[in-house]
Amino acid sequence: MRKQYETVIGLEVHVELATKTKIFCSCSTEFGGAPNTHTCPVCTGMPGSLPVLNKKAVEYAAAVGLATNCTVNQCCKFDRKNYFYPDNPQNYQISQLYQPICQDGYVEIDTPSGPKKIGIHEIHMEEDAGKLIHDEWEDCSLVDFNRSGVPLIEIVSEPDMRNADEVIAYLDKLRLIIQYLGASDCKLQEGSMRADVNLSVRETGAEKLGTRTEMKNLNSFKAIARAIEGERERQIELLEMGRQVIQETRRWDDNKEASYAMRSKEDAQDYRYFPEPDLVPVIISDEWLAAIRDRQPELRTQKLIRYKKEFDLPDYDAEIITSSKRLADIFEEATAVCGRPKKVSNWLMVETMRLMKEYGMEADSLRFSPENLAKLIQLTEAGTINSSVAKEVFEKIFLEDIDPLQYVEKHGLKTVNDEGALREVIEQVLADNPHSVEDYHNGKEKAMGFLVGQTMKAMRGKADPGMVNQILKELL
Amino acid sequence: MASMISDETIEYVGILAKLELSPEEREQAKKDMGNMLDYIDMLNNLDTEGVEPMSHVFPVHNVFREDTVANGNEKDKILANAPEKKDGAFKVPKTVE
Amino acid sequence: MNIMSLTAVELSKKIKAGEITAMDAVRAALEQVKKVDGEFNCYVTVDEEGAFRRAEEIQKKIESGELTGPLAGVPAAVKDNMCTEGMLTTCSSKILYNFKPAYTAEAVLNLEKAGAVIIGKTNMDEFAMGSTTETSFFGPTRNPWNAEHVPGGSSGGSCAAVALEECAFALGSDTGGSIRQPSSFCGVTGIKPTYGTVSRYGLIAYGSSFDQIGPVAKDVTDCAAVLEVIASYDPKDSTSVKRESYDFTSALVEDVRGLRIGIPKDYFGKGLDTEVKESILKAAKLLEERGAVVEEFDLSLVEYAIPAYYIIASAEASSNLARFDGVKFGYRTGTYTGLHNMYKKSRSEGFGTEVKRRIMLGSFVLSSGYYDAYYIKALKTKALIKQAFDRAFTKYDVILAPASPTTAPKLGESLGDPLQMYLGDIYTVSVNLAGLPGITVPCGEDSKGLPIGMQLIGDCFQENKIIRAAYTFEQSRIYERCPAAKAQDGKQERKDGR
Repeated sequence: MRKQYETVIGLEVHVELATKTKIFCSCSTEFGGAPNTHTCPVCTGMPGSLPVLNKKAVEYAAAVGLATNCTVNQCCKFDRKNYFYPDNPQNYQISQLYQPICQDGYVEIDTPSGPKKIGIHEIHMEEDAGKLIHDEWEDCSLVDFNRSGVPLIEIVSEPDMRNADEVIAYLDKLRLIIQYLGASDCKLQEGSMRADVNLSVRETGAEKLGTRTEMKNLNSFKAIARAIEGERERQIELLEMGRQVIQETRRWDDNKEASYAMRSKEDAQDYRYFPEPDLVPVIISDEWLAAIRDRQPELRTQKLIRYKKEFDLPDYDAEIITSSKRLADIFEEATAVCGRPKKVSNWLMVETMRLMKEYGMEADSLRFSPENLAKLIQLTEAGTINSSVAKEVFEKIFLEDIDPLQYVEKHGLKTVNDEGALREVIEQVLADNPHSVEDYHNGKEKAMGFLVGQTMKAMRGKADPGMVNQILKELL
Repeated sequence: MASMISDETIEYVGILAKLELSPEEREQAKKDMGNMLDYIDMLNNLDTEGVEPMSHVFPVHNVFREDTVANGNEKDKILANAPEKKDGAFKVPKTVE
Repeated sequence: MNIMSLTAVELSKKIKAGEITAMDAVRAALEQVKKVDGEFNCYVTVDEEGAFRRAEEIQKKIESGELTGPLAGVPAAVKDNMCTEGMLTTCSSKILYNFKPAYTAEAVLNLEKAGAVIIGKTNMDEFAMGSTTETSFFGPTRNPWNAEHVPGGSSGGSCAAVALEECAFALGSDTGGSIRQPSSFCGVTGIKPTYGTVSRYGLIAYGSSFDQIGPVAKDVTDCAAVLEVIASYDPKDSTSVKRESYDFTSALVEDVRGLRIGIPKDYFGKGLDTEVKESILKAAKLLEERGAVVEEFDLSLVEYAIPAYYIIASAEASSNLARFDGVKFGYRTGTYTGLHNMYKKSRSEGFGTEVKRRIMLGSFVLSSGYYDAYYIKALKTKALIKQAFDRAFTKYDVILAPASPTTAPKLGESLGDPLQMYLGDIYTVSVNLAGLPGITVPCGEDSKGLPIGMQLIGDCFQENKIIRAAYTFEQSRIYERCPAAKAQDGKQERKDGR
C-alpha cells in the first residue's frame, strides 16, 4: 500500500503596484501601448543611467505590510540580483534581499477545520522585467521594455499551506486586502498578480521538510490548483519509485497539464546579490509610518461589519458584495446617490450576478458606473418604469453603461400612467377576447391573468400593472 | 598559500559572467585570479570583528521621486543603438526551446 | 601668442574681451590635435564640425552678454566614459565601438551650459580599468613628456590632452586614482572631488560607489573653476549630495598659515621611488616655510586599501558591465548559435583582457559561498579605513602624499603583471574608499625628465582646504609645459614669422 503523504506549500506572490510611474524612472506604467513606447535610458539599462526610487511604491509596499500584520522595517535597502536574460535590461534586477521592507506577518484564511494563519516571511520591493514576444516567423524573440521597471512587491509566505484550497483561499485573501488598499488591481490574467508555488511532500507525521520545487507560469486560480495536484503526484511518484526530488524551477504548462524543468547548463542560479550602490537606504520614520497607517482605507472585515450594521444587509449579501473591492465600491457609490442600500444590494445580488455568469465575467472587471444603477433604482422607485423594463435597461447599463434616463426616454419605455389611454386599450382587449371575459364571469380566475397579459402586450410592457388590474376589474 | 583555481571554477565563473575564454586565456585567468586571491587573503590579518560593513560612505537616505509621469515616447532614441531590431522591439535569439 | 598655451580662465577672458573668438579657440585646439594627436593618441573622437557649430552659438551668447562665466568659449575634452548625446561614447572598448548615447551626462551638460565647447572624447583604459591607458581598444595614449612612456590612467587621454594643449581643460573620472595618478604622470593638475559632489548620471559606471568625475587642467585655478561648474546636486543621481557650498574659486588664496598638514609615514616606506619621495618632501618643506604646520603621523591600514578596493570595485564592475550583452547597444558577435552563445561570444570578443580579468574576479567574489569572506570583509575594511581617515582629520586639515610610487613607466612594462600594476594604486585608492577629495599638483620631475605630482587629500566636503594648499604651493612654481607642446610654439612662430 502507498504511504500517506502530506503536501507542504509556500507561495511567492508578485504584485504589480498601482503607481502611475515605474519604480526607478518617470515612465508611465500604463498597460498596453506599442513596444518600447514607455521606456527611457533607465528602464532599458542604457549605460550611465541611474535609478531613483518612487516614493509611492514604498508607501504601497508598507501599506500592504501593515495590512498583513507585518513588521515594517524602518530601515530597508536595495540589492542587485545578477542574472542574464534579455527581458532584464541591466542583466541585474534591483530587489531587496538583506533588508526587505516588511517581515514576519500573517493573514488568516478560512478552512473547513476553522480559521488558519498563513505566515508571511517577508515582503520585498523589486522591479518587473520586460516582455518577450516570440516571433515564430523569424524564429527569434523580440524584447519590449514597457513593463521593465514597473514596481512589484514579492510576498513570500511561510510553507504553511497544505492543499490547493488553502492556497486559493490565501491568494484570495491577499488579493482582497491589496485591492482594498488600492495598492494593485491584482488581476491574475493580466499578470498584475502572479504566484510561484514552492511545493514539497513528506510522509505524514514526518518533521523534516522534503525537497521542494518551484513552479512558475501560473496565471489563474484553476491553473494553480491543477499545478499543485500535478506536482504533488509527480513528487509522490518519484518517492514511491525510490527516486529523489530535485530542487529546481519548473514551468507549468496548463494546456498539457504538466510541468517541465527549466534548468539549463547556463542557469547557475547563483544570483550574486550585493548592496545596490546606486540607491541609498530608505528610512521610514514613525511619523511617516503613522501617516501611511492613517491613510489606510477601510478593509474588508471592517466593511462587512459596517454593511450589516449601517445598511442592515443580510450576512450572505454583505459577504458577496465585499468579496470584491469593485462590487463594494459600486454598492457604496450607488447607495450614496439613491439612498436605497437594500435595492442596490438586490440589483447586485440578483441581476448583476446573473449577467456576470451569463457573460463569464469577474466582479473586478465590472465597468458600469454606480451612478447609472442609482438612477435606474430612482426610476423604478418613482414608477417611471416597471420592473420588467428595468431589467431590460439594467442589461444595457451592465454591458454599455448607458444613462438609464436618456435610454428610457429615447426608446419610449416609460410606464403609461394616462388612465384614459389605458382604459381605451383595455376596452379593446375585452372586446377582442369575449371568451376570456365569459370565463372570468364563470369564475375562472386564470382568465384575469390572460387579460392582464394581453393588455401588457398591447402596451408593449409599459403599463403600470397595478393600474391595469384596477381598470380591468372595474370594467368586468 | 597559493590559491589553486580549478578549471571548474573558471568554467563556473565564465557561466556567471557570460565569458568564454580561449584555452590560453583560461590558463592565464587561473594564474591571475589565483595570485589576486592570494594577495587579497591578506585581509584575513585584519581584525574586523564587530565592524559594520560600509556600503555607502555617507549617511544619505530617503532620496525619492514623486509618482508623476515625466517621460514621453522615446522609442526611436532607445532603439537607435540596437544591433538588431524588429517591429519596434530589440531582436534576440529565440529564448524558449 | 599661442592660444592653447593659455589656461582656460585666461583664454575665456580674452574671448570675453573680444580679443579672440570661441571659433578661434576651437580652431587652435583642433590644429593642435592635428599636429600632435597622431603621435600621442589622446582622442578617440574629435567632433570638428559639431565643435565649430557649438562655438558659433556660444560666441553669440558671449556677445549678447548671456554667457559671462570663466569657461565661456573655451575648448574642452571629455573622457570617453561620459555620455554625449549623438556623439560616439566608447569607454575605449570594442563593445561600445559604435555607441551614440540618447542623452548627455549631467556633468557635461553643466559644462555646456557654462559655455565650454566640447571638441571631442579622450582615450582611456577600457572602462577605466587600468593605470596606463594601455588597455584601450583604440591603442595606448603616450606620455606628453616622453612618448616612450605611458601617461598613466585611466584618464590618460584627458591628462595628456591637457599637457599637450589639445584642449584648454578636460574632464576625467576617478575610481581608484584615475584622475590623480595620470595628472601626476603628465605634469598637470586634477581634482577628484568628494563622492557625491559631481553627478554620476551619464558616467558609464565602473565601480559605482567610488566613481567621481573631476577636472583636469593646467593649474589649480582652472580646476577650481571647472569644478564649480560641473558640481551640482542632481536628483537623477540618488548618491548626489546636497552640499552647503558649491563655491570652490573663493579658496584660490595664497595663504597656508596655520594650515595643519599631515604626512602619513606609512606612505613613505618601501616601494616609493627615492626621487618621488624627495620631491614630495621638498614640497612639504615649502608649505612649511609658507606657514603651514607640517607633521608626520601613522595613518595605518594602508596595505589593506588595495585588496579592499579591488574586491569592491571588481564586484560592482562585474554587475555594472553585465548590460553589455549585444542586445540593446554596442557590439554583437557575427555568428552564434542561440542566446547564451551570443552573450558569451559578444562579451568575450567585445571586452579586453583587463576588463575580463576584473569581471571574472568580481563574479567570483560575489558567488555563492564567497560573498562574506570577500565582499563583506572588504566592506568592513572600508569602514575601518574611513575611520582611520576620520581620526587623521581631527588632527590635520590636509594630508600630503605622493600620487604614485613612481613616475610614468615605459609602455608595455605594466600589463604583464596585473598585481604589480594594482600595487601602484596604493596612494590613491584609499581616498576613493573613504569618499574623500584629492588633488594632484605637479611638484617636480625626475632625472629622466618625467613629471612628479603630489597629492593633497582633504576631509569630506573640504575641497577648499586642498585647493588653497595646492594654489599656494603652485604660486612658488611656474607651470612647466611639456616639450611636445613647446615644440609646437616654434613651428607656429616660424609660420607666423613668414
